[in-house]
Amino acid sequence: MVDVVLDGVAGVGRGFFAVCRAAGALTLFALSGLSHIVRPPYYPRAFARAFVEMGYFSLPVVALTAIFTGMVLALQSATGLSRFSAETAMPSLVVLSITRELGPVLAGLMVAGRVGAAMAAEIGTMRVTDQIDALQTLSTDPMKYLVAPRLLAGIIALPLLVMVGDILGVLGGFIIATVKLGFNAPTYLHNTISHLESIDVVSGLVKAAAFGFLIALLGCFHGYSSRGGAQGVGSATTAAVVAASVLILAFDYGLTELFFAR
Amino acid sequence: MSGEAAKIRIRGLRKAFGAKQVLDGVDLDIAAGTSLVVIGGSGSGKSVLLKCILGLIEPDAGVIEIDGQDVLRLPYGARAAARAQIGMLFQNGALFDSLPVWENVAFGLLAQHAATRVEARTRAEEVLGQVGLGPQVGALWPAELSGGMQKRVGLARAIAAQPDILFFDEPTTGLDPIMGAVIDGLIVDCVRRLGSTAVAITHDMASARRIADRVAMLYGGRIIWSGTPDALMDSGNPYVDQFTHGRREGPIHMELRR
Repeated sequence: MVDVVLDGVAGVGRGFFAVCRAAGALTLFALSGLSHIVRPPYYPRAFARAFVEMGYFSLPVVALTAIFTGMVLALQSATGLSRFSAETAMPSLVVLSITRELGPVLAGLMVAGRVGAAMAAEIGTMRVTDQIDALQTLSTDPMKYLVAPRLLAGIIALPLLVMVGDILGVLGGFIIATVKLGFNAPTYLHNTISHLESIDVVSGLVKAAAFGFLIALLGCFHGYSSRGGAQGVGSATTAAVVAASVLILAFDYGLTELFFAR
Repeated sequence: MSGEAAKIRIRGLRKAFGAKQVLDGVDLDIAAGTSLVVIGGSGSGKSVLLKCILGLIEPDAGVIEIDGQDVLRLPYGARAAARAQIGMLFQNGALFDSLPVWENVAFGLLAQHAATRVEARTRAEEVLGQVGLGPQVGALWPAELSGGMQKRVGLARAIAAQPDILFFDEPTTGLDPIMGAVIDGLIVDCVRRLGSTAVAITHDMASARRIADRVAMLYGGRIIWSGTPDALMDSGNPYVDQFTHGRREGPIHMELRR
C-alpha cells in the first residue's frame, strides 16, 4: 500500500523534473540561437529562404484570417452595441480588437500551424537522416546555419504579416459596416482613426515579433531534438505546433499585462 | 604499430548509453596514409567509435589524439580546427535534400565563404568527375538520385575539401555487389590520390578486403583482433573466424532480444 503511494509520488516527481529539464533545455537552446544571430559567419541565403517561407507564403492564410475576423467583429459588435445604442463605437472597437489582440494572436496561431510544423518536420528529418551530423563534419554549426536564420526570420516576418493583417482586418470590418450595416464610409474611417493611438499598433507588432520568435524557436527545438525515425519526426511536429500555440496565448497575456496594466 | 607515426591514436575510449557499455576501453592506432577497416556486428559500437572521433558524441573517458593533439582536451576552437580535416561519408549519404547536388558537394567551400558560387560550382563539377559523375548531375536534386549515385555524391562531398582523414560508415551497405565494388574502387582511388588516412567501418567482408591495409575487429566494446586483410579469413581467433565466415555457432551469441 505504501509502495503504491510512493510510486505515485515518485511519478509526480519524475514528471516535474522532466518538465524542468525540458524548460532548461529550451532556454539554453533559445539563448544559443539568439547569440548565433549576431555572431558571424552569417548565412544570408538560409535567412532569405526562411523569410520567404515564413513571410511571403504565409500572406494568403494570414490575409484571409484577418479579413474574416474583421467582418465577424463588425457583425458581432454591431449586434451587441445596438442594444446600448452605441453603434458609433463600432469602428473603434473593431480596429482596437484587431491591432491589439486578434491580429497578432490569430496570425501567430495560423503561422504556428503552417510554418512551425514545417520547420519541425524539416529539421527533424535532417536529424534522423544524419544531415545535422553531416553539417558538423563540414565545419558548419547547425545552430548557426539552421536555427539562427529561422529565429531571425520569425522575429522580422511576423510583424510585417501582422501589419498587412491589421489593414485587411479593418478593411473587412469596413466592408461589412458600409455594405451591410449602412454606415457612412467617411465617418466610419474617421471613427476608426480618431481613437487609435500608436501604442495600440506598436504593442501588437511587438507581440507579433515575440510570437514569430516562439514559433521558430519551438519548430527548431523540437525538430532538432527529435529521435527515432518517421514517428519521432511526427511527434516533434505535433509538439512544436501545440507548444507554440500554448506559449503564444500565454505570452499574449503576459505582454498585454506589461503594456496596458495600470 | 608504432606510436609516433600514428595519425590517430586512441587509448581507453569508453562510452555508455544508460546501462549499456558500448565502448569499453578501445585502443587503436592508425598510421598516417593507411586505411583501417573496423569490422564488427550490428550494434557493436562501430558508428559510436567514428562519431566519438568526429566529436559528434562526447566519450565518457579516454584519449583521442589526432596528429599527437589530444582533441578531447583542446579548447573549442582548436578542437573544431582539428576536426575540420576529417571528411565523412555517411551510411545513407546524408545529403542535404534542400540543396542541389553541386551545392552539396561544394557545401564546405560555400559555408566557409572560401569561394564564390561560380568558382564553387566549377570545383564541384570537377570533384563529381573524380567520382565518375558528369557535370549535368550537379543540377539534380538528391532525391532524384539512385542509391549508388547518392553514395558517389556523398563521397564527392567528403573529398571536396581534400581532407587529411576520411571516414566511411558502411560504404557498401544497401548497394548491389557490383555497385559496392565500384564504390570501394572509388574510395581506394580517392584515398590514394589525396594521400589521406582512412577509417572505414563495415560488416561486408569483400569490401573490407578491398579497402583495408589493416583490419581491426570490435567486439564487446574492445578491439579484440587486428591484422592484415590477408590474415582476416584465417585469423586463428575464434571470434573473428565466426564473424568473417558468418557462422551461427561460435563464441559470439547474437542478442536476439533486448
